[in-house]
Amino acid sequence: MQKLLTWVDERFPLTATYKAHLAEYYAPKNFNFWYFFGSLALLVLVLQIVTGIFLTIHYKPDAAMAFASVEYIMRDVDWGWLMRYLHSTGASAFFIVVYLHMFRGLIYGSHRQPRELLWIFGVLIYLVLMGEAFFGYLLPWGQMSYWGAQVIVNLFAAVPFIGEDLSLWIRGDYVVSDATLNRFFAFHVIAFPLVLLGLVAAHLVALHEVGSNNPDGIEIKKLKGADGHPLDGIPFHPYYTVKDVLGVVVFLIVFCAILFFAPEMGGYFIEANNFIPADPYKTPEHIAPVWYFTPYYAILRAVPPMFGSQFPGVAAMGIAVLIFFALPWLDKSPVKSVRYRGPKFKIALAVFVVSFIALGILGVLPVTPLYTWLSRLFSVGFFAFFFLMPWYTRNDTYKAVPERVTDK
Amino acid sequence: MSEMSVDNSKRRFLVTMSTALGGVAVLGSTVPFVASMLPSARAKAAGAPVEVDLSKVEPGMLLTAEWRGKPVWIVNRTKEMLDQLAKNDDKLTDAASENAGQQPEYCKNPTRSIKPQYLIAVGICTHLGCSPTYRKEVAPADLGPDWNGGFYCPCHGSRFDLAARVFNGSPAPTNLVIPPHKYLSDARVLIGEDQAAA
Amino acid sequence: MKKYLFLLLAFPCVAFASASVHLDKAPVNVNDKESLQRGAAVFVNYCLNCHSANYMRYNRMEDLGLSEQQIKDSLLYAADKPGELMTISMRPKDAKEWFGAAPPDLTVITRSRGADWVYTYLRSFYRDATRPTGWNNVVFDKVGMPHVMQELQGHLGAVHRTEKDAEGKEHHVLDRLELVKPGKITQAEYDALVGDLVNYLNWMGEPSQGQRKTIGLLVILFLGLFYIAAFYLKREFWKDVH
Repeated sequence: MQKLLTWVDERFPLTATYKAHLAEYYAPKNFNFWYFFGSLALLVLVLQIVTGIFLTIHYKPDAAMAFASVEYIMRDVDWGWLMRYLHSTGASAFFIVVYLHMFRGLIYGSHRQPRELLWIFGVLIYLVLMGEAFFGYLLPWGQMSYWGAQVIVNLFAAVPFIGEDLSLWIRGDYVVSDATLNRFFAFHVIAFPLVLLGLVAAHLVALHEVGSNNPDGIEIKKLKGADGHPLDGIPFHPYYTVKDVLGVVVFLIVFCAILFFAPEMGGYFIEANNFIPADPYKTPEHIAPVWYFTPYYAILRAVPPMFGSQFPGVAAMGIAVLIFFALPWLDKSPVKSVRYRGPKFKIALAVFVVSFIALGILGVLPVTPLYTWLSRLFSVGFFAFFFLMPWYTRNDTYKAVPERVTDK
Repeated sequence: MSEMSVDNSKRRFLVTMSTALGGVAVLGSTVPFVASMLPSARAKAAGAPVEVDLSKVEPGMLLTAEWRGKPVWIVNRTKEMLDQLAKNDDKLTDAASENAGQQPEYCKNPTRSIKPQYLIAVGICTHLGCSPTYRKEVAPADLGPDWNGGFYCPCHGSRFDLAARVFNGSPAPTNLVIPPHKYLSDARVLIGEDQAAA
Repeated sequence: MKKYLFLLLAFPCVAFASASVHLDKAPVNVNDKESLQRGAAVFVNYCLNCHSANYMRYNRMEDLGLSEQQIKDSLLYAADKPGELMTISMRPKDAKEWFGAAPPDLTVITRSRGADWVYTYLRSFYRDATRPTGWNNVVFDKVGMPHVMQELQGHLGAVHRTEKDAEGKEHHVLDRLELVKPGKITQAEYDALVGDLVNYLNWMGEPSQGQRKTIGLLVILFLGLFYIAAFYLKREFWKDVH
């Protein structure tokens, strides 16, 4: 065995890689609950890829056959229902895990120097994931798939000058059709997953280059022991592998409870209207995007058309997504973690969380004057968090950051 | 880090337990994935046994039925045709149908059939999967004077007699396959299901 | 019978003015095989002429405790083999001409409409002379489908009442339904029959739902066991970390 390992190591850095990324990757010892979601995101990614491959074996990306092939998977393929529910539940789980992961970054300052690029890779992953989810959502070819895609693609039509041509180019037809389904299938199963995997690799490489942040926002590499390892660091393996196993098991219990007992999740993970085959001549009475897009959808609807164009709403929605890129430079605070920040940041953070969740809820509700005004209010809250950040982080009161991490 | 009182045997036990459970989890979740690639209910329905009415097959004629996407021949062999079979025996690779994979046990007989009159065989050459042609005529110009009726594969020249047995010197290694079948009545046969053990 | 009729009358649901209509709870239970078998028979006899179930195979009903022979003998009218899909010969184009809209496929109807809706819908047809078919429905106004099971249920008639809206305008609203012509069976028997049918439709929407829950329970129990091992494993190793 040892001989084989030596043989491999002379030709490939197997032991070196294992050491660099697991056995001798020193992570802060004070990771808390919020630090589970990175490894869980990786788990869900693997789950989506594997179930996706097995669904592709049976799925037909053809407007005349797509809906039937999904029901075929649900009924005629042995365990097909499990593959499908794993994938559909996994999609929502992905966003839950990623949102919590991003929130963790936000509160402990993981976007701050020297992790700006790590954060940017993360936001890119989030963007690609949104595209991946959007393309995948068309594939069951139900009413919600169809009209959801129709509405979102038409958003691009609002772009000045090139909009009409752009949306036509995306669809490959005058309406969402077989041509659209076929290309969305290609994006969903090949193009975007490849990009996603590349970005995830970059995200991990960047992470292991700069080292993990922690709930105290302290750079553990500044204080090293006699052995050259950070005093507040512990090897990822075995300490965080055993801890993450525990996290994975708890996550899987929740995941399986939904998967096996409420796979439709009351219509939020799989919508009732998606059990009606796509009908280009009949829009369902109430269409809303899947829950993970609803905050942005609410922002879109909150902005009234100006100069006879939908573009301001679309632009607001675009900015709402892209603003995350700017976060490392909007935040002027001298400390990273929320633990040592002052009341202004905490209030702003609370406003942001409430706004984001409220927008998410408003995005699934039908339009009424009251809801529109609420959406406007919370959209202002959402943007205020970002645009006022340079101001309130400069003028906040801060607590002294300790030398060493505070809890294990 | 690693301080005094590390209970190594306890650790080993816990690691073994967790690894075993993890292994069970991984293996268990492999089962559905592997099983999902087996023939689906649709494939099974399409491959369901096929019922054929034999009364439509006139003496000497061949009818092709379809079972699991493959051609299945039904030949109504005349008395003369059956009489010729024994004459081929010394020119055949496997005259006595010793190769058990090529026919059900109940067709391991000189005519390779349940009822001598009807040959029921999968019309796919055991060489490379072409479908041989039915050549019932005796001693045609292209097949030589010894030909007393059978099947000829146009791809690579394999020859079979009217019991679908392969002649020596053919590229095909074995006799043609006799599918499982059973008689529902005198004139109705069900291809794809074994007859009850007699 | 009186109890059910009372229910029907006590929940006049209905009021056309409001978009949401009260729906009765459908008695669905995927473990009640007898009910499912009865429902399957009703489905094949009454629904499968105009409505298809294009994704459902006849032989899947073996899961309901029926043998292949039983399926062949009593349920297989429109197909030759039990492995076939529950398709119909009526072409959607003709159907559209006859009914105004093609009758929808019913394989996953309870997943799009909900079992309660279907249960209420099938019990809410009433006579309406203004409709071409002579029938209207409380939960589906101006429905194209006639009351297929009218012989069984009999005829219900609408009783209207007058309501004033905020502006003082008078509206004629549907108050309740009344039995005007009895059918072959009582209303209670009819409700039970529709209950069986909806139970079947609900099962057909996802035939693996029973299996899904059983397996789910096993998986979660296993994960519970795994949790115990993982918990002690983590605790043991983290003794090192001070």
